[in-house]
Amino acid sequence: MTATLPAQRASRRTDVARLVREPLFGPLLALIVALIVFSSLTDSFMTARNLSLVLQQSVVVGILAVGQTLIILTAGIDLSIGAVAVLGTIVLAKTAGTEGVLIGVLTTVVVCLALGALNGALVTVLRLPPFIVTLGVFTAVAAATQLVAGSTTFPVDAGPLTVLGKPLTVFGFPTTWGVVVMLLVYLVAWYVLTQTSGGRHVYAVGGNRNAAQLTGIPTARPLFTVYLLTGAIAVVAAWAALGRIPNADPNAYQNANLETITAVVIGGTSLFGGRGSVVGTLIGTLIVGVLRNGLTQAGVDNLYQNIATGILVILAVALDQFARRRNS
Amino acid sequence: MTDPQDDTRVEAGAVPVPVLQARGLVKRYGQVTAIAGADFDLHAGEVLAVIGDNGAGKSSLIKALSGALVPDEGQILIDGRPVTLNGARAAQAHGIETVYQDLAVIPALDIATNLFLGRELRRKGVMGRVFRRLDAPRMRQEAERHLADLKIGIGSASQPVETLSGGQRQGVAVARAAAFGRKVIIMDEPTAALGVKESGRVIDLIQQIRSRGMPVVLISHDMPHVFEVADRIHIHRLGRRAAVVRPQDRSMSEVVALMTGALEATDEERDGGR
Repeated sequence: MTATLPAQRASRRTDVARLVREPLFGPLLALIVALIVFSSLTDSFMTARNLSLVLQQSVVVGILAVGQTLIILTAGIDLSIGAVAVLGTIVLAKTAGTEGVLIGVLTTVVVCLALGALNGALVTVLRLPPFIVTLGVFTAVAAATQLVAGSTTFPVDAGPLTVLGKPLTVFGFPTTWGVVVMLLVYLVAWYVLTQTSGGRHVYAVGGNRNAAQLTGIPTARPLFTVYLLTGAIAVVAAWAALGRIPNADPNAYQNANLETITAVVIGGTSLFGGRGSVVGTLIGTLIVGVLRNGLTQAGVDNLYQNIATGILVILAVALDQFARRRNS
Repeated sequence: MTDPQDDTRVEAGAVPVPVLQARGLVKRYGQVTAIAGADFDLHAGEVLAVIGDNGAGKSSLIKALSGALVPDEGQILIDGRPVTLNGARAAQAHGIETVYQDLAVIPALDIATNLFLGRELRRKGVMGRVFRRLDAPRMRQEAERHLADLKIGIGSASQPVETLSGGQRQGVAVARAAAFGRKVIIMDEPTAALGVKESGRVIDLIQQIRSRGMPVVLISHDMPHVFEVADRIHIHRLGRRAAVVRPQDRSMSEVVALMTGALEATDEERDGGR
C-alpha cells in the first residue's frame, strides 16, 4: 500500500506536467482569466446578450483565421486574406445587384478561388516566399477593390446574401446563423486536419518539407491546396460580412489580415509551421474578441486595445520561440 | 504472370539475376560528370557496402537508385527488368525504400504518423471511403508491431518523434523502410548523425534485416562498420565502379588504397567480383 504511493504521486505529477505541456493549455487559461477579469470589472460583460455579441463580432475574422491557420501550418503566411474577402464582398454585392444573386455568388467564388490559386501557384510552382507573394497580391487586390468599387458602397437587399446575420436561439442562447457557419467551418477544418491523410501532409510539409519530400509525399499538393482552400474560405467570410452589415464597403476590415495572424498565433500555432490546431485558433479568436469587447465595456479607448493586442501577439510568439529553442 | 523470384529458383545452376542492377549510368551537371558509366549489382539477401572518397559520385549513384535523380544514360534493372525511377514514389512502388543520413522524419508528428506518412491506412466502410477517415488505432498497433519486430525499444507509437533520441529516430526511419521495402533497403550514411553506441544499434538493425532475407545497400564512411556487416564492398571511384571486393579477401588498408587509386584492383574485382 505505502509502496504504491510514490508511484501514484509520480503519475499524478506527470499528468499535471502533460496538461501544462498540452499546446491548448496556455490559450485556454488566458481565455478563462480574461473572462474572469472582465466579469468582475463590469456587470454588463458576463451576460448572454454580450457574450453572443462577442461571438458575432468574431465571425468574419474567425472564419478567415481558419484559412490563415492552414497556411501557417505549412510554414507560410497569408497577408492578402482580408483584402481578398473585402474584394469578395464588393464583387458579391455589386454583381448580385445587377446580375442576380446566382451570378453574383458564382462570380465571387471564381474571383476568390482564382486569387487563392494564384497565391498557391506562386508559392509552389515558382517557389517564391509566401510573405512576398501574398504581400504583392494584397497590394494589388486592395487597389483592385477600390477600382471595382469606385469609392462607393454597395447595399444589399435582405435575402440569401444577408441570411448569416439572421438571429437564432440555440439552447436558449441568442446567436446568429453566421456564428453557426463559423463553427461549422472550424469543425470541417478540424476533421480534415486531424482525421485525413491530407491534413497530416499539411503538418508534414510545414514540419520538415525536405523530409516530407523524401518520404514520397507530393509536397506541392498540400501546399497548393491550403492556398486554394483559403480562397474558398474568403468567400464564406465575405458572405458572413454582408450578414453582419448588409452594405459592402471597400474600406471595411482593414485590419483583418493582421487580426487573423493574431488569432492564429495567440491560439498556439507556430509561425515556423508544423505545429498547432484550428481549435487553438478558435480560442485565439475568442481571446481577441473578449479582450476588445471587455476593454470597451470597461471604457478603455480603442487605441489602447490595439496596444494590448499587439503585446499579446509578441508574448505568444516569444513563448513559441522559447519552446522551440528548448526542444532543439 | 509468374513470380520473378520463382524463376531464378527454377533455373538451378544458372547465375542468379541480381535484385537491383545498374548498367552504364551517366549523369552530367553542366561540365561536371557525377556518374561516368557506373555499373552496380546487388544480389539477393546480401549487405552490399558502397564506399568511395568524397566527390567519387557515390551519392549521385545512390540517388539514381532511390529515384531522387534520373540518369541521362544507362539502365536500372530490378530482377533483370528495366525500370524508370523518377521520384521517391516510383522507387517505393518498385519496393525500394531508402533511409537517409539526415533523419528524414517529421519531429512534431508522432511515430505512427511518421511510419505511415504518404501510405496512411483508412477506416473500412463508409467512413474511410467517403469521409476518408484515417484508421489511427490500426496504424498505431502496426507501427508498434514493426518497432517490436526490430526490437527497437520504444513503448508507444503515439509519442512525437521529437521526444526520441537520434538513434531512436533513425530506428523509426529503419522500421519504416523495413515495413514497406519489398525488394531492397538503401541506407545512405545511416550512422553519420549518431554517436558510437547508437551507431552500433543501427548496425544490429541492418543484420536483422538481412536475416529476414532482405538485401541492403549500405553507404558508409565508417570502415569498421563496413567490414563488420558487409558481404561485399562496392568501391566507387571517379564516377564509376572501380572494384567489388569481399571483406575476407582484402584488409581495411587495401580497401582504402583501392578507393584512392593507390592500389590496382584485380581483373575479377574490376568486373564486379562475381
